[in-house]
Amino acid sequence: MQLYQMTVHELHRRLVNKEVSSVEITNAVYERIEAVDEKIKAYLTLTKEAALEQARAVDAKIASGEQIGPLSGIPVAVKDNICIKGVRTTCASKILQNFVPPYDATVIDKLKAADSVFLGKTNMDEFAMGSSSENSAFFATGNPWDTERVTGGSSGGSAASVAAGEAVCALGSDTGGSIRQPASFCGVVGMKPTYGAVSRFGLIAYASSLDQIGPFTRDVTDCALMLNTICGHDPLDSTSANITVPDFTKYLINDVQGIRVGVPKEYLAEGIEPEVRQVIERAIDKFTSLGAAVEETGLPHTEYALPAYYLIATAEASSNLARYDGVRYGYRAVDAEDVVDMFMRTRSEGFGDEVKRRIMLGTYALSAGYYDAYYLKALKVRTLIKRDFDRAFEKYDLLISPTAPSPAFKRGEKTADPLQMYLSDICTLAVNLAGIPAVSIPAGFVRGLPVGLQLMAKPFNEGILLRAAFTFEQNTDYHCNAPEL
Amino acid sequence: MITKADVEHVALLARLKLSEEEKEKYTEQLNAILEYAQKLEKLDTAGVPPTAHVLPLQNIYREDQVGDHLSNEKAIANAPSDEGGYFKVPKII
Repeated sequence: MQLYQMTVHELHRRLVNKEVSSVEITNAVYERIEAVDEKIKAYLTLTKEAALEQARAVDAKIASGEQIGPLSGIPVAVKDNICIKGVRTTCASKILQNFVPPYDATVIDKLKAADSVFLGKTNMDEFAMGSSSENSAFFATGNPWDTERVTGGSSGGSAASVAAGEAVCALGSDTGGSIRQPASFCGVVGMKPTYGAVSRFGLIAYASSLDQIGPFTRDVTDCALMLNTICGHDPLDSTSANITVPDFTKYLINDVQGIRVGVPKEYLAEGIEPEVRQVIERAIDKFTSLGAAVEETGLPHTEYALPAYYLIATAEASSNLARYDGVRYGYRAVDAEDVVDMFMRTRSEGFGDEVKRRIMLGTYALSAGYYDAYYLKALKVRTLIKRDFDRAFEKYDLLISPTAPSPAFKRGEKTADPLQMYLSDICTLAVNLAGIPAVSIPAGFVRGLPVGLQLMAKPFNEGILLRAAFTFEQNTDYHCNAPEL
Repeated sequence: MITKADVEHVALLARLKLSEEEKEKYTEQLNAILEYAQKLEKLDTAGVPPTAHVLPLQNIYREDQVGDHLSNEKAIANAPSDEGGYFKVPKII
């Protein structure tokens, strides 16, 4: 096995045993990027010189006998809506194409303290709005399993980088499924932690009450290691939860005996491709055979999640994106007649189609006369969706569903019909509305394309997700498959 | 039903200058999306409180202590136009 295909924990073992250096690992990953990124286009910006400097510093620590942490010297890719001081951060938008943050996001601070090596910034749907990573202002990212297909969105670059061996692990952000859906399409592990578990300071906001940063990894053990590093209270984020972070590796137990699992029937109903349903049913059988107590259940308000989500998310987006006016940072239209003309032309020239569509929808939903009918109604429906989950978690430790209704679709297949595109997030949106944690793990293949299984738990119960996901992984080999490039 | 005039009004509120082609497209697309959103009306939400936020948070303040901050130079480093330590914009009046 090549260095660029290994997990974080395997590379850590080799670093500690001095079988390999961080510089060797980093160079191996950059060589892989040079070899395949022309096809995949996972990265918007590479930071090779800084990365090698970080790798050399870790090697010096190892040489001097200093103990290193599990992520020390490990190359990480970062979605381009997470700020790294001094590194261009574009959100895949023309309006931020020259933005260089003067500060680090808290997750970056934490990874720097852990001595991780930053490879660069990954492609995404502009401002994290999309389900295919085709909405980037710069280029679309190709799925490593079939480059004619999408990676999923919006963290498609991060998911593809891990799947293609162009990063060992990566950070993404998830507002309605933007970590889990691309993890499913690319055949990797992707977790959306509980809202508030990971600081959002330095994450460029899309919909603040839904956004959450989380990891992409090759296996569940690496996911636990990433969570150990990035979770925790942050006074710089007023929505950060002030709770004690456990050692997530303690949940890596190969046993689901007695765990109560609910399968919401609404997630296996119409709209889910029959072959995807078969993969999920096989996964459910696997959990049963391993000793979990599995039964069918219901989340009756599931069908309302998509409209509620799109009204709430776009309303918040219209407010968050009001700050892009060409004054303090980013693109500015030239030769404006006056300041209002400058605002309007800057925003019209700087934002892409999907972003404008969502700003328009959100502004409409918040405007006088429509606020109660759309936005307030959606917030009340959000309460009903949250109550569905609360009720389910009184009875079950976990809920199981497909992560996406289909495997990766062809590029361009859904770009002309926004509603069809929005439907590809149908299995993931409700999780963000309720703020609960969820993980997508590889569960099988359909027509040679990966299919993800979604596991959901009650708030701050990432541990049970890791235990169930780890058990599934130890008793299957889907995560061992890698695309041929 | 959203009309082209509604789209023009919303675009003004959102500070977006739309081309005629965009106005037509967004009129059609927003209508399709909002028609789909109408299904929320089927639900009786009388007496249901809205959830704006999933965490039970209130009054989150930091300690009132002097801390580090960005220098003026760094704060305006990303500005498309600046002069004398200020952001520069076209005429307002």
